Parts: sequence; C-alpha cells; structure tokens
Amino acid sequence: MSVLELRGVSKTYGAGAAEVHALRGVDLWVEAGTMVAVMGPSGSGKSTLLTIAGSLEDPTSGEVLVGGAALSGMSRNDRARLRRRTVGYVFQDYNLLAGLTAAENVALPLELDGVAAKTARAAGLRALDGLGLSERASWFPDQLSGGERQRVAIARAVAGDRRLLLADEPSGALDSVNAEEVMRLLHEACKRGVAAVVVTHDAQLASWADRVVFLRDGRVVDQTMPPPGPESLLAPGQSQ
Amino acid sequence: MSVRHALLALLSEGPKYGLQLREEFEARTGEVWPLNVGQVYTTLQRLERDGLVESDDAMDDGPQKGFRITAEGAQELAEWLRTPPDLASPPRDELVIKVLVAVRLPGTDVHEVIQAHRRYLVELMQQWTRIKEAEADSDLSLALVVDAELFRLDALVRWLDAADGRLKRAAADPPRPAPAALPRLRRRVGVRR
Repeated sequence: MSVLELRGVSKTYGAGAAEVHALRGVDLWVEAGTMVAVMGPSGSGKSTLLTIAGSLEDPTSGEVLVGGAALSGMSRNDRARLRRRTVGYVFQDYNLLAGLTAAENVALPLELDGVAAKTARAAGLRALDGLGLSERASWFPDQLSGGERQRVAIARAVAGDRRLLLADEPSGALDSVNAEEVMRLLHEACKRGVAAVVVTHDAQLASWADRVVFLRDGRVVDQTMPPPGPESLLAPGQSQ
Repeated sequence: MSVRHALLALLSEGPKYGLQLREEFEARTGEVWPLNVGQVYTTLQRLERDGLVESDDAMDDGPQKGFRITAEGAQELAEWLRTPPDLASPPRDELVIKVLVAVRLPGTDVHEVIQAHRRYLVELMQQWTRIKEAEADSDLSLALVVDAELFRLDALVRWLDAADGRLKRAAADPPRPAPAALPRLRRRVGVRR
C-alpha cells in the first residue's frame, strides 16, 4: 500500500488575473521503503507539492491520502496528530531550536505528541546513535557543523515510528561530501521501511531516489523507469 | 584514458609482469575501464621501443616477462601528470547538437526533446549512485571514478536545465537580432547562424 498518495491534486493561489496554478492535476504515490525525488525548476510547484503532502496546506482540488486515510476527511486535531506521529520533515535550513541540545531537539516532537519525557529522550538518543551522533547528544546546534545539524534534523524526522519523510532541498548549503552523507542516511531510512519524498533541483541528490518525478509548470511531465542493475554499467567495454 | 601513462605509473612502484599490470590497472580504475592483455603488451612494446621501460631480456615474451621503468620513463610520467588535458576547444557534443537542431526543426517540441535526454541522464546517474552506495565505501578508486562520472552527467543535466529556461524565456521575449556578430568567436565555439 502507498504510504502517500496524491490523486489529481491541484493548487491555485490568487484569483482572476493574478491567478497562479502551482499544481495541476498531480498524481503521485510513494510506497513504503521507497524514495521518490521530485525534480523541477524554480516555480514548477515542487515545494507546494511537499507542503500539501505534509498537510501543511490544503489542495484546491484533488485528494491526499497518508497511510490510506484521506486528509480531507480528518479533523484539525487528527491532522495535527498525523503530522506529529507519522510525518517527519527535513528542511534546507535544518530548523533546529537553538536553545535545545541535539537530543532535546530530536525528542521534542515526541514529547509534544504526549510521549513521556524519559521515553521520548530514549527514542531520541537511539535515533541520534543510528546517525552516528551519540557523542553530540548534549551539544547545542551552534556547536555543530552544518552536516551534523542536518543529521540531527534527520534523526528528529525519523525518531519514533514515522512512516513518511518529506525533505525540501535537504542538503541545501552543504558541500558535496556532506550532501551525499545526508542522502545516504535518508536512503537508509527508506531501506528500513520509511517512504520518502525529496524535493530538489540537484540531479546528484535525485539520483539517490528509487524513482525521479519531473515537474514542470505544476504538472508531472515525466518520471524515470526503475533502474537496471549496476552490471549494465560495468559490462566489459572498450578502453582506449 | 592513457594506458601508456597508467602502465608507467604502475611500473614506477617497482618491476612488474604484463599480466600483473593488467590486473592492477583494472583494480585501480575501479574495474570501470577493462583492458585486454593484448593492449598491455602492445603498449609495453612501444614503451620499450621509446626507451621508457626496460624488460628482462633473460625471460621469453609472455606473461612472465618482467618490466621496469627507466629514468626517461619516470620523467615522461611526471610531465604527463602535470600537463592539463586539452579542454580548450569545445567538444562536438552530440547532445548539444541535438538540442540545437530541435530548436530549429519545425514541429518539434524542444522541451520534450530536452526532457527525454534529462530523464536518460538521471537514470544513468541513478545506476552510478547505486554502485557508489554498494561499493564505494570499500573501494576508494571506484568512488573517485563514480564521482567523476556523476559530476560529468550532472553538468549535462544542468546544461539541459539552463537550455530549457533560456528557451522558455526566449519564447516569451524573443531576442533582438545581434547588431554586429562576432564571427571569429562564433567559429571557435562552432555556432552557425
């Protein structure tokens, strides 16, 4: 079953002459354990797609289903709970709270969701450990490097039992080695069963995904086919 | 890829046999550039003729014949390492030519042509990334080769993105005819009006 499904989703901002069609009839589904990258130029609707998938914004028409449940049928409270429990977000600028340690940042969404502080903290430490950050647990964001901050943000996004990861240009300002590490960690989370949508204009990041969807002027115009095995590239060839 | 200089590099570590050179060449290039043994021996013969390597005359020709680098060979290798490859003249890139043709060809949607190439390139990048994910941690040479390939393909995707945007803008606001062309520069970069 798809963890995330968008059916004919459209989003229009403004009205009359100022009307902007950010998304036009987008169909998208993401199965458990897979990463889908959404590529497109600025203004193609990538970020709108992500905010609608995360129920931070409503579509003008169409339907969004998370874990098979339609968002349109949910109360505000149910949707807020879904955002806290099921969906993890990774943003370009990390969005960590400066006054909290790495461990506290990671545990915060769980605590807000009513998980006992001790349990939340243990889950947070486990998530940090999984990303090789146990020694940074008591550090504050401004003591961490950019790469470490983004790893803390990923730990926060996967801590607990989240099934859907939404990432908007997750390696924004990082150098290529750190950017690769971020994608590797997101991909590992997918291998453990999480579904992920990564929005990016960077083909190197998108190439970590199992499927790449191309967006243009608010429409899905194309997507990659499932890749053949790596043998096809390493087949004996001619060297000069 | 210069097999000649790759063999000199391997021999600069010490004397080696032909078969050993082939195995080490493939291992050091992440097995991405296969090399047949005939190529190795032809290249070694030329290197010997040019005085850049010496062979064990005592041994017969064959897999057990040993080779070592000469002082001239070491000098040649050092010079080659520091000589930048010729990147000054733009290559006649087939992808660029296809897009240039698509722009002028009536009834052709150039954006659709661009997207077909973009998808193919991203699919190739996905395959390289899978290789990197699976093996690059344990094989530094492979990681470097795969990175080079990913950056090369990425540059093409970026060019397609830029072309897409430039053509979209040009369609909305057609460029004015250039007042005075720059014929010499145009010829150099291979652009025909």
